[in-house]
Amino acid sequence: MKHRARKNAAEAAAKRVFAFCGVVAVLAVCSITVYMLAKGMPAFAGVGVSELLFGTRWRPTAQEPSYGIFYIILSSVVGTAASVLLGVPVALLTAVFLTEVSGKTLAAVVQPAVELLAAIPSVIYGLLGLMLLNPLMYRLEKALFAGSETHQFTGGANMLSAVLVLAIMILPTVVNVSAASLRAVPNELRAASLALGASKVQTIFKVTIPAARSGILTGVVLGIGRALGEAMAINMVAGGSVNLPLPFHSVRFLTTQLVSEMGYAEGMHRQVLFSVGLVLYLFIMLVNLVLQKLRKEAERHA
Amino acid sequence: MKQRNKMKKALAVCTALLMLACSLSACGGASKEGAKASSTLSGKLSLAGSTSMEKLCEAMSESFMNANPDVTVTVEYTGSSAGVESLLQGSVDVGNASRKLKDGETEKGAVENVVAIDGIAVITDKANTVSNLTTEQLADIYTGAVRNWSELGGADEAIVVIGREAGSGTRGAFEELLKVEDACRYAQELDSTGAVLAKTAATPGAIGYISLDAVDASVQCLSLNGVAAAEETIAAGEYPLSRPFVMATAGEVSAQNELVQAWFAYLASEEGQQIIQGVGLILPRTAG
Repeated sequence: MKHRARKNAAEAAAKRVFAFCGVVAVLAVCSITVYMLAKGMPAFAGVGVSELLFGTRWRPTAQEPSYGIFYIILSSVVGTAASVLLGVPVALLTAVFLTEVSGKTLAAVVQPAVELLAAIPSVIYGLLGLMLLNPLMYRLEKALFAGSETHQFTGGANMLSAVLVLAIMILPTVVNVSAASLRAVPNELRAASLALGASKVQTIFKVTIPAARSGILTGVVLGIGRALGEAMAINMVAGGSVNLPLPFHSVRFLTTQLVSEMGYAEGMHRQVLFSVGLVLYLFIMLVNLVLQKLRKEAERHA
Repeated sequence: MKQRNKMKKALAVCTALLMLACSLSACGGASKEGAKASSTLSGKLSLAGSTSMEKLCEAMSESFMNANPDVTVTVEYTGSSAGVESLLQGSVDVGNASRKLKDGETEKGAVENVVAIDGIAVITDKANTVSNLTTEQLADIYTGAVRNWSELGGADEAIVVIGREAGSGTRGAFEELLKVEDACRYAQELDSTGAVLAKTAATPGAIGYISLDAVDASVQCLSLNGVAAAEETIAAGEYPLSRPFVMATAGEVSAQNELVQAWFAYLASEEGQQIIQGVGLILPRTAG
């Protein structure tokens, strides 16, 4: 009798602990949202919504300051899109290789390698980009713009470097999620396709990948989220000047804007940086909404 | 089970008591020590002025208040001119200016006390053959008018213009001294002295600026107008990219109240001088 009472008490206590942990996450999200809105909104009023979002001059410390973050938003969007365009095909084919083509031994080498790629801290990616990619880019830049009268030489720290680093960084996310969804495709589908005379490659592209579509899309969206939120690696390779996002321009992303200027910013400059954070936050929220919708769709298909 | 819970509780109470005792004794120790260090100084010391002097003022006032626990030092960062203005109006004890005082200001009775000198070094990568620039050439480089080292007598190598992020004190001082405020076209805006140093060292044709005390052997430090960047030339006022940090008083320091005199004595003391050097500044020749 006593034993059971004690057991019940333990059960109740454990339940409370679980509930508390769940509440912590919800509270954190809510308070972050409220905080970002409260801190990010005033600058919109102070600077003006269209001037802030669509202005192209970033001169926060000038006598007559201007706080246009359009190029910064554009850099984040273009950089993310380009790295996804570059990274996703590679990642998808890697996933196909892992699940459909490779033998067990090869997969045993590739799979851990991809997983290891995910475990490498972003600062290491940045360091490698800084030491290897940037000098290479500078050589390319010099060759391409030799004798140019207008091009500003960036020393190799440019959009392209950032895109390449991001493309590699999103690989593991997309590979792992895609591979899982490809593995979940029932073997009967493949067998039916092969039995109808389709070749293996035809089966992969016409049957297996379409069947795993929503899972693959989930991976892509996760990759977008990762690329959009990355700060450290880009800060090290992208140059950091506010410019139109062209491949050989030094650029600044939403994330790196916060990282690099928060330290000494004050007054309206600081408030605008919070607005930059808010814009980034809204982008990430949007990506996550899409993600949740995709997941629901996937469940309905399954 | 119950027994164990009781023990746990007892342990927790003991720990809490122990921590309380420790913190209390720490408090007691601190106040005793402070009482020993300070003389009879108490009251409020107010400073106002240059935003560039924030690092120096924060470090100095914190240390000064530690040494004199009954003194409160308040510093407002309103800008050099505003600081001297408040001084002359009598609303603060000391006016901070990150420049020499103007004639109009000294005529009204402000006395210039140079407490430190801020020096900015211009650096390039080691392979660069240009070792001297005029300030005009430097301004042209940073505004984008000159884009290749061959235009300055160097090799045919594009100039990669490296600087600090908006809001950085070094950037503010550099642009202000060169009179290129907000006219600079940076190829790279980096967010730390170390990053500027590393990028400049690693990129062929790069040029950057950092505090003089951060220069190391990985880069070449340029002379400006034929004057090498060194503590001696900066202290002598010959090197162009330097500026005095002035703590102006209304009348000579010796004519000020006890608190202000103690502040300046502290600045000139060994501790004060260490703080000045600790925030990357150079001691003026005529210290004290």
